[in-house]
Amino acid sequence: MTLFDRKAPFRAVAAELPADGAPLNVSRRVFLGGAGALTLAVALPLRRARGQAADAPPPPAVPAFLELREDGTALLRSPFVEGGQGIFTAMAQIVGEELDLAPDRFEVVNAPAGEDYLVMNGMRLTGGSMSVRFGYDAMRRLGASARAMVLAAAAQELGVDASELTTEPGRVVHAASGRSLGYGELAQAAAAQPVPAQVTLKDPASFRWIRQPVDRIDVRDKSTGRAQYAIDLAVEDMLLAAVVHAPRRGLAPGEIANRAEIEGMRGVHSVQLLPGAVAVLADRWWRARKAVEALEIAWVEGTSETPMPADFSSAGWKAQMLALDGEIADAEVEGDAPGTLAAAETVIEATYDAPFLAHGQLEPPSAIARFNEDGTLEVWTSNQAPEMFQGVAAGLAGLEPGQVSIHSPILGGFFGRHFVYGDANVMPEAIALARAAGRPVKVLWTREEEFLRDALRPLGVATLRAALDAQGLPVALEAVARGEGPTGRWFGAPPGKDDSAVEGLAGKVYAIPNRRVGQRYAKNPAMLGYWRSVGHSMHDFFYEGFLDELAEAGGRDPFELRRTLLAEQPRHLALLEAVGELSGGWKRGPFEAEDGSRRARGVAMASPFGSEVATIAEVSIESGEVRVHDVWVAIDPGEIVNPAIIEAQVQSAVALGLSQALFEEVVYEDGAPQARNYDLYRILSRYEMPRVHTRIVRSGAPMGGIGEPGLPGVPPAVVNAVAALTGQRIRSLPLSNHDLSAQSG
Amino acid sequence: MELTVNGEIRQVDVDPDTPLLWVIREELGLTGTKYGCGIAMCGACTVMVDGIATRSCQTPADAVAGAQITTIEAVEQDEVGRRVVEAWVANNAPQCGYCQSGQVMAAVALLKENPQPTDQDIADAMTNLCRCGTYNAVAAAVRDASNA
Ligand code: FES
Ligand code: FES
Repeated sequence: MTLFDRKAPFRAVAAELPADGAPLNVSRRVFLGGAGALTLAVALPLRRARGQAADAPPPPAVPAFLELREDGTALLRSPFVEGGQGIFTAMAQIVGEELDLAPDRFEVVNAPAGEDYLVMNGMRLTGGSMSVRFGYDAMRRLGASARAMVLAAAAQELGVDASELTTEPGRVVHAASGRSLGYGELAQAAAAQPVPAQVTLKDPASFRWIRQPVDRIDVRDKSTGRAQYAIDLAVEDMLLAAVVHAPRRGLAPGEIANRAEIEGMRGVHSVQLLPGAVAVLADRWWRARKAVEALEIAWVEGTSETPMPADFSSAGWKAQMLALDGEIADAEVEGDAPGTLAAAETVIEATYDAPFLAHGQLEPPSAIARFNEDGTLEVWTSNQAPEMFQGVAAGLAGLEPGQVSIHSPILGGFFGRHFVYGDANVMPEAIALARAAGRPVKVLWTREEEFLRDALRPLGVATLRAALDAQGLPVALEAVARGEGPTGRWFGAPPGKDDSAVEGLAGKVYAIPNRRVGQRYAKNPAMLGYWRSVGHSMHDFFYEGFLDELAEAGGRDPFELRRTLLAEQPRHLALLEAVGELSGGWKRGPFEAEDGSRRARGVAMASPFGSEVATIAEVSIESGEVRVHDVWVAIDPGEIVNPAIIEAQVQSAVALGLSQALFEEVVYEDGAPQARNYDLYRILSRYEMPRVHTRIVRSGAPMGGIGEPGLPGVPPAVVNAVAALTGQRIRSLPLSNHDLSAQSG
Repeated sequence: MELTVNGEIRQVDVDPDTPLLWVIREELGLTGTKYGCGIAMCGACTVMVDGIATRSCQTPADAVAGAQITTIEAVEQDEVGRRVVEAWVANNAPQCGYCQSGQVMAAVALLKENPQPTDQDIADAMTNLCRCGTYNAVAAAVRDASNA
């Protein structure tokens, strides 16, 4: 999801190379779900498009995005999918600002797949914390164009020149004659106006809604059960499908001992074999589920393109990564780190790791597929990238993309879950079953099937080495990540050019003159996916934990060390000072809190997705478990749209970051994940939720992301606090794997 | 089988052990109550059974025949329910929203029984999982609804 972030190099490569270096076999890639690679490779004229920024962008397709209604409200089709991050509200604010219509007058829905919506330089997806920063200009132009159309319509209606007209929210005003017209009255006539070739955007100084804590527009529906997710949708005459997947990827269904008996169960339509899975179709999902789980299936070796070795275990994979040798592909090099390290007197070395993670979004995956009489296909499914799903669906159904409609409901959480990801995605099953049954089919995965087939945050291992000078300051740092990143897997980024494999080790801003960040590649047998903040979710933990180790070795306070290393970076220094101040002044501890518990604090910084973040966490140990009381976050996204949503996203990112730091780990044994529900895959509950204090710093730098940046600083801030409290340096997550019971205070 | 849902008597033709969740969603078409885990861990499926917050995914239909079942769809038909919804809206509590039907129902059940809960009462009663991490906003909304 750093795809369109700071660095361009791999994009060109992705456009030329298939993901695996083999000749590009279109149909195979499509079937694998590698269509993401394909679609992107085709749809990514990014560098060039941006290089041409001097040319005026083409006028927006106003009618595709926006309908003014006669009641004075507007329907907006958002190019970015709402999944909790508040993007619908942000879109309404941005479009409403230029259109001069209050955000609460908007109904916002997810746009269908289609060329009109490719607002990110010719493509789009919802991820990488990109929506607002990459959609901002396009959405402002959209609103401004629509306003110009409303003014043109009013000019005709009133028989005056458009230049004599002004607007106030939802109304066109002709001050000279004292007449005015509501947008609703002008809706039809405005729609008939041509889209202007050029528009002038508002002066930000006159913004009415952008930069304000505007209320979210979707909270009432979401507080009363009216909001509809993929799981809630139905189409006429559909069958419901429940599925069991092979316990290990690569197995296929063989003999089914009791098939006839199951097909005779109440409500059951049929038993269907799928690649690596068996489905039961029925008139009710619950009946389908009971039936499918009663099947006696012999699983046999199959022909999966992505088989899991029968002896695969996460512990074994970690051991393999720790022992991994071989070539290092450089991702970021400055000065001569290897040479400085070789000559240095004081060298510190440490190896860090973080486990596979599941997304655990609360809505389990589902999809409806319907073949229409005219041969077209319609799909309703949770997704972050409609055109990618359209491409995959078309490939599976043997249709042209234009013959496939993708309906995108709001998402019951996503965090990176809803990309295509081969057989980790439910849609291909719905398409196959709809074809087989000759009727529309809705497939819903149980929570257990979701844990079995989720695409994982990769297990990460990195070795860091640093040389300290006589003052205890680092003069060289080398960080080598081992393994594979999701961008390598899905978008063909080769080692050294795959941000997702190194971000958080690379892209740090500390003044260490000699630096080298590299990747030792090894193909991961597990199904990999993007997980909120991607590589940053673990690499900043590695780096910032290690930086505290350097502080300790150099006899320096960790906060002071960071301050020293940021002396030449005013933006970051200000942010560090801001979080220190927000927390009442830096104090590491240990100290005694008011309730008598012994506590300590840790600090960490991160530079994810175009934003800058500084984080402090305060911890104690309670019955052997780490307890996090407060988290302070100073975040600088450069410029902002909605401070209230930013705060909510920081809360959310802190919760997920803390959840993974404390508990989360997907354990594989014998090629299969051991936890199949939240009972064994523990996630953060209300009890563990800390107070979160946020300060938004607007440095005026280019707008950065919001959905993910709050996360990466949390694990290292917590782990650094634990080290301050206990003296125990934890280099492997989650914390629940470590015995801290001796430390209870 | 006969069930009383949101004050209406409904006839449903299901196996007696069918979880109430799926009766509500599939037989009655009330989709506001959500499926999250199916094992009574997450609370997304919370409804009220005779005023008590109940995880419907692990509640067999025949166990609640004769009881008053209230789902999120009826939340605003009730004073406390309306207050809770307003507090949820005022606090912008939901993010993705998927857990929120269950959170709201848990809060309504709590406040009906205990109109002035302490922070500890709130912590004990509000055990629903939220993957979006809205816990602090949810707690603030419950406090607002109780003070209103
Ligand atoms: S679905 Fe019932 S508790 Fe999770
Ligand atoms: S708001 Fe998304 S799970 Fe709670």
